[in-house]
Amino acid sequence: MKASKAIIRCLENENTDVVFGYPGAAVISIYESLRESDIKHILVRNEQSLVHYASGYARETNKVGVCISTSGPGATNTITGIATAYMDSIPVVIITGQVDTDLIGTDAFQEADIKGATEPFTKHNYLVKDAQDLPRVIKEAFYIANTGRKGPVLIDIPKNIQEDSIKFEYPKEIKIPGYNPTLSGHIGQIKRAISRIKASERPVIYAGGGILSSHAEKEILEFAEKTNIPVINSLMGVGGFPQDSELYAGIVGSHGYSYSSEIIGRTDLLITIGARMSNRATAGFSKLNPNIEFIHVDIDPAEIGKNVGYTLPIVGDAKKVLKDLIDKSSSMNYSSWNEEVKSIKKRHESNADYETQSGLINAKELIRHISDKLDDNACLVADVGQNQIWSALNYKIIKSRKFMTSGGLGTMAYSIPAATGVKIANPDRQVVCVIGDGGIQMCLGELAVLREQNANVKIVLLNNRKLGLVREIQQDLYGKDKSYGVDLNLQVDFRKIAQAYSIPGYEVSDMKEFKEAFDEVLERDEPCLIQCNIDPDVRTL
Amino acid sequence: MKRYVLSLLVENNSGVLSRIAGLFARRCFNIDSLTVGTTEDETLSRMTIVVIGDEQILEQIKKQLNKLVEVIKVIELSPYDSISRELVFIKVKASNETRSNIIEISNIFRANIVDVAHESLILELTGDAGKIEAFTNLMEPFGILEFIRSGATGLQRGERVLKEN
Ligand SMILES: Cc1ncc(C[n+]2csc(CCOP(=O)(O)OP(=O)(O)O)c2C)c(N)n1
Repeated sequence: MKASKAIIRCLENENTDVVFGYPGAAVISIYESLRESDIKHILVRNEQSLVHYASGYARETNKVGVCISTSGPGATNTITGIATAYMDSIPVVIITGQVDTDLIGTDAFQEADIKGATEPFTKHNYLVKDAQDLPRVIKEAFYIANTGRKGPVLIDIPKNIQEDSIKFEYPKEIKIPGYNPTLSGHIGQIKRAISRIKASERPVIYAGGGILSSHAEKEILEFAEKTNIPVINSLMGVGGFPQDSELYAGIVGSHGYSYSSEIIGRTDLLITIGARMSNRATAGFSKLNPNIEFIHVDIDPAEIGKNVGYTLPIVGDAKKVLKDLIDKSSSMNYSSWNEEVKSIKKRHESNADYETQSGLINAKELIRHISDKLDDNACLVADVGQNQIWSALNYKIIKSRKFMTSGGLGTMAYSIPAATGVKIANPDRQVVCVIGDGGIQMCLGELAVLREQNANVKIVLLNNRKLGLVREIQQDLYGKDKSYGVDLNLQVDFRKIAQAYSIPGYEVSDMKEFKEAFDEVLERDEPCLIQCNIDPDVRTL
Repeated sequence: MKRYVLSLLVENNSGVLSRIAGLFARRCFNIDSLTVGTTEDETLSRMTIVVIGDEQILEQIKKQLNKLVEVIKVIELSPYDSISRELVFIKVKASNETRSNIIEISNIFRANIVDVAHESLILELTGDAGKIEAFTNLMEPFGILEFIRSGATGLQRGERVLKEN
């Protein structure tokens, strides 16, 4: 069988139904085999968005997102997306074309050492030099991407290798001697953890993205309810715990709620599950109890003790460890602590004042309104910047709602392709994308994909004609009149841009207009864009 | 800061060395030396890496190395239950007056004389870090022209072996 055909057969064996791609000479023969298969190919508009589509798809389906790009510039364009997926542990397989094996190392046309370049941002990567290795390599790549701590895996395939002919057999077994993720937590450690929890007076669960990637939403809720321990999320953990629960205690981090920081400051036992304690998250840990103990549950042993000390490590999959914790624990009672948490929360509840000087929209009010209006299964994909923080703090997770964003790398222009990937993966989910005018101008071409796929994503564009978050930081650091290099001076008519892509476009400048427009777009079964002119001086926190 | 010796079993693929070197550079871990070679099984290589750090850094290094898919095993070679040696060549100035003195010291250290010229000698010595340092200190006054060391390589003592599970 021709190797390029075998590649597609491997993808079929992995139940791939969609690939996101951008072709070029180095993947021509893979494309020819793709043409003959039932796998759907979605042509994106820039490889910079490629991995983000696959990321949205993967986060929605729990399957591996798959993308294909050509050698050289096609491959290098994917790097930011790969790094984005790596930082947030999203399972993606990226197939890149490479120049012929005998040209590698000669600076041939469109040659780039993508294996070397992506070494720091991939969980693993391959350069295939023998076509007969392809089935094994592809099987391994999917397995590595979607087990243990998930992440992107890249397979670089030279053009002549794609043309070779091989004996096709998809391997049944996988044997990678250096790769054996620990899934079950050590039972002795779990018992010790329970005694510590019992001995503590003010425990808090700090839950991160690991809850979502191991699908432990049900288990964490059950454990929290059984033990009455309050739960705080990291930014990546948002969506892993229902925010209408009595036990929900907010989001911590440099852009989290101050009440959550205060609760962390009071706890004597922090039970971290599937969170990696990044500097942005622990910025909210400023005033810790000096006698605090840390239980840290993570599937990646290297995350335990990397940034914060630990008193009790548990290496394992969040879902499995939580199941064991539920099994081995009895119900607990922290009523005075629960009361204290409630009162801290209440103290911070201000009566929101949404008045703005300019009379333009207050973005916080806008996100609250969206949150009130959306379905119970909505997924809000936030871009990066002020829009991201407003979204995280004002959109409420209830029932099966989801929230996605680029947390670790903070990659602008993540949201539109990722939201499209979510919608393509699951047309039944209501999908809204919140993005700034800076972010959207990095990926305008992707509007074409939305339209072609008729992906019903509602884009809420928060237009402040500024790189809002950078401006806010500058003003905080140097003074109100000291912002620099952050004005998007040109008044862009995004409504017309949307219309140019045959997407219904709206422009609103106050909440009344927004509410009307939003009601209308929710009724439409097609992608829409609302340009919301927001007050540039409303702050994130 | 302490010196630790790690012994690694890795897949013998092209690129694995660059992956490991890249990891150390990226995470600002200090490598003192790194040696690599194939094993009795040609699909596997062994590396000996000497690192400088503290306990916490050492733990991170081991954990991060273990995350690399091509790294099969990582162990620490403690000075008590392992041996590690390195090879050095020292080219030292030697005149008629100093030559016999140099040879005498070399004999005490069991260093081999592998090249003799009118004005110089090349000495070959195998030993642990302490022995090499002592020998080098004694050679210093004669005038060291060139010096090269292989980096440490080592094995655990006893019948224990580093292999795939
Ligand atoms: C690709 C990329 N480049 C630069 C940055 C730095 N950055 C962080 S937030 C931000 C401003 C984003 O502006 P906009 O998209 O308009 O959103 P706003 O903050 O105004 O909501 C910038 C430039 C980034 N995160 N990603």
